[in-house]
Amino acid sequence: MSFVEYGDLIQDGDIAIVYLSHDSMMAVKVQQGAQTQTRYGVIRHSTDLIGQRYGSKVTCSKGGWVHVLHPTPELWTVCLPHRTQILYTTDIATITMMLELKPGSIVCESGTGSGSLSHAILRTIAPTGHLHTVEFHQQRAEKVAEEFKEHRVDHLVTVRNQDVCKDGFGVTGVADAVFLDIPKPWEAVGHAKAAMRKQGGRVCSFSPCIEQVQKTCEALADQGFQEISTLEVLLRVHDVRTVSLPLPDFGPDPSAPARPDTKEQNHASVTLKTTTPPREMPGHTGYLTFATKPRL
Amino acid sequence: MADTGDEDCQYRIKEGDYVVLKRGDIFKAVQIQPRKKVIFEKQWFFLDNAVGHLYSTTFDIGSGGALQPQKLKENESCSDAKEAGTDNRHIVDDGKSQKLTRDDIETLKEQGLKGQEIIQQLIENSSTFRDKTEYAQDKYIKKKKKKYENTVTVLRPTCRILAMMYHGREPGKICHLRYDTLAQMLTLANIHAGSKVLVFETCAGLVLGAVMERMGGFGSVIQMYPGGGPVRAGVESFGFPAHFHDTLHEFPICHVNALLAGTLDTTAKEPSADENQSGVVAEEEQNQREVEPQSMETSTADAVGDDQEKNEKEKRKEAKTQVKKLKLEEKRKKLAAVASLLEARNADGLVIASRFQPCSVLMGLLKFLAPSRPFVVYSQYKEPLIECYTKLREHGGTVNLKLTDSWLRHYQVLPNRTHPLLLMSGGGGYLLSGTTVATDHQKPAGAQRAEEPAPKRLKLTDTEA
Repeated sequence: MSFVEYGDLIQDGDIAIVYLSHDSMMAVKVQQGAQTQTRYGVIRHSTDLIGQRYGSKVTCSKGGWVHVLHPTPELWTVCLPHRTQILYTTDIATITMMLELKPGSIVCESGTGSGSLSHAILRTIAPTGHLHTVEFHQQRAEKVAEEFKEHRVDHLVTVRNQDVCKDGFGVTGVADAVFLDIPKPWEAVGHAKAAMRKQGGRVCSFSPCIEQVQKTCEALADQGFQEISTLEVLLRVHDVRTVSLPLPDFGPDPSAPARPDTKEQNHASVTLKTTTPPREMPGHTGYLTFATKPRL
Repeated sequence: MADTGDEDCQYRIKEGDYVVLKRGDIFKAVQIQPRKKVIFEKQWFFLDNAVGHLYSTTFDIGSGGALQPQKLKENESCSDAKEAGTDNRHIVDDGKSQKLTRDDIETLKEQGLKGQEIIQQLIENSSTFRDKTEYAQDKYIKKKKKKYENTVTVLRPTCRILAMMYHGREPGKICHLRYDTLAQMLTLANIHAGSKVLVFETCAGLVLGAVMERMGGFGSVIQMYPGGGPVRAGVESFGFPAHFHDTLHEFPICHVNALLAGTLDTTAKEPSADENQSGVVAEEEQNQREVEPQSMETSTADAVGDDQEKNEKEKRKEAKTQVKKLKLEEKRKKLAAVASLLEARNADGLVIASRFQPCSVLMGLLKFLAPSRPFVVYSQYKEPLIECYTKLREHGGTVNLKLTDSWLRHYQVLPNRTHPLLLMSGGGGYLLSGTTVATDHQKPAGAQRAEEPAPKRLKLTDTEA
């Protein structure tokens, strides 16, 4: 197992995703002899996990069962330990396409945060790309570096514990793409430009507040970035439901020819499959500002 | 990587390259061919002069359709006239504010004035420009720029640009798949280098190309195609290096049932032997028949020619059939290779985006996925995906099912004038995504696997029974 390469069987040291139910998943570090408590009972790693095929059904001690899934950056995003606010898959997907990431891309990112986006970037740029990620919080930088190792992607990433606004990304003239998710992105735009290839590239800044966006756009324009474009993308989930709609009874219709099944119709209803929106949904995550750095 | 001079050579436009032309928000994908007239945004020109220049260069379109690389400075705003009104109370729309007539402008154009200069003329001859607010002046210039500037930028194609291009120009060709929805698909299906991905699409090859770009030439992509042959004009537009195409395989869905039943015969040597069962051969024969009448016609035209010519024709015909035979053999070998890729039923991802009924397609192709692998189905309509969802829930073998669509809004960001754009896309299509898991009836097959411990599996089947 690795976050950038599928494996078939669960092995000692893997990260496995235990799928409990639709909205409940947990990431488990598989260790010989270890146990994991779930609401369906205990999962014993040595017998229940190691050697099983990813995707298998595992019966827990209380008789309930769970599925054990191969980790992907998307599954990791919904189970990772939050040390910061994180980016979710809808924004991540948009960022990945709009930054034109692909195998071999060299990417700079700040801040690393909990590493939600980092894993998705690594998946996309492997096996020949590299991620330079900068996090100013020391513990967070250490923790995420540890995770990259556990997830067997550490060969693709360099974690730097520094302030991107003061010290930049630690590399110059190499990046195909730069991503900023920091409180004052406009202060890092110059560093972003310096980190990028002279041939040009793409940059993205994620900010929750429109005031941040305005300042960032100004800084991008001042630094000569082109095609500056701000957008917002939201995920709308449709819950599939079977609904039953009763038919109204207007009484017998004298003009209509009498039908044998009229009595049945009195209590008739129509059943159909449809979808309902969730009662509440995330209505704002952040504004995504993209721009192109032209060739110098 | 060292920043050497000749490193740039890979950033230069070459003859034969697939490129994307851009003006404003309008894109068009073309191939660079010598003396080929290109029509873009009601203007025609030749791309010959672009060869040798760097990608992302902006060109002026000169007389006779010749391209002239633009100097960098010219991009800057032209008007320094900083006289502006405070509001629009004195501006009356009487249609008389512009002194230049249509003919005047045409004359200016004929005189060879550049877009920039024409705009300057328009401003000088506008009686109301000075009374407009600073913001309205900006807007005026922007509008005129769009109309009179004849420039074109030559870009290297990428998934982002092509997805936006198709969505903007020919949404019908890609089942109205919006670019952000395509982005979701690539991420939800965990498309990455080194995996084995199945693609079924009727989106002109855009989805297939997008998947191939994300695979970077590592792993394999199998295009499951309906009908006579795979449609992938859009893949060409990506301009992939040759080795990318080695990772692309194709399999006709009309053989899926035979493959699953284990009755697909790809071993036969003699084409005539299995003509009836193999659709590939049948198609090939059909093509042959279609081609032949034409060649007959040409042969009747010079039928009066001497015997030697006839003999030569015979020989050529023979050689042709020989070549055809070889091609058929090649095709059969390829089919056999793809069949063995699929037979393992261990694909890592499935991406469907078509105008076909998604439920049938999904249920047919899901069988080729390994357990614990993601799949994603796009449909322009929601109802067919509700059907898919219901069927999958009944059938089992999948978890993490989600029916979604995405909402996309662009913003204008300008000092004191930041707001959402007035127009937004009403919808970008729907996605059903999920993850496969081992099903009960897959267990017996799994039992043959030596590496799985037997006792555990027995216990599992017990509890499930």
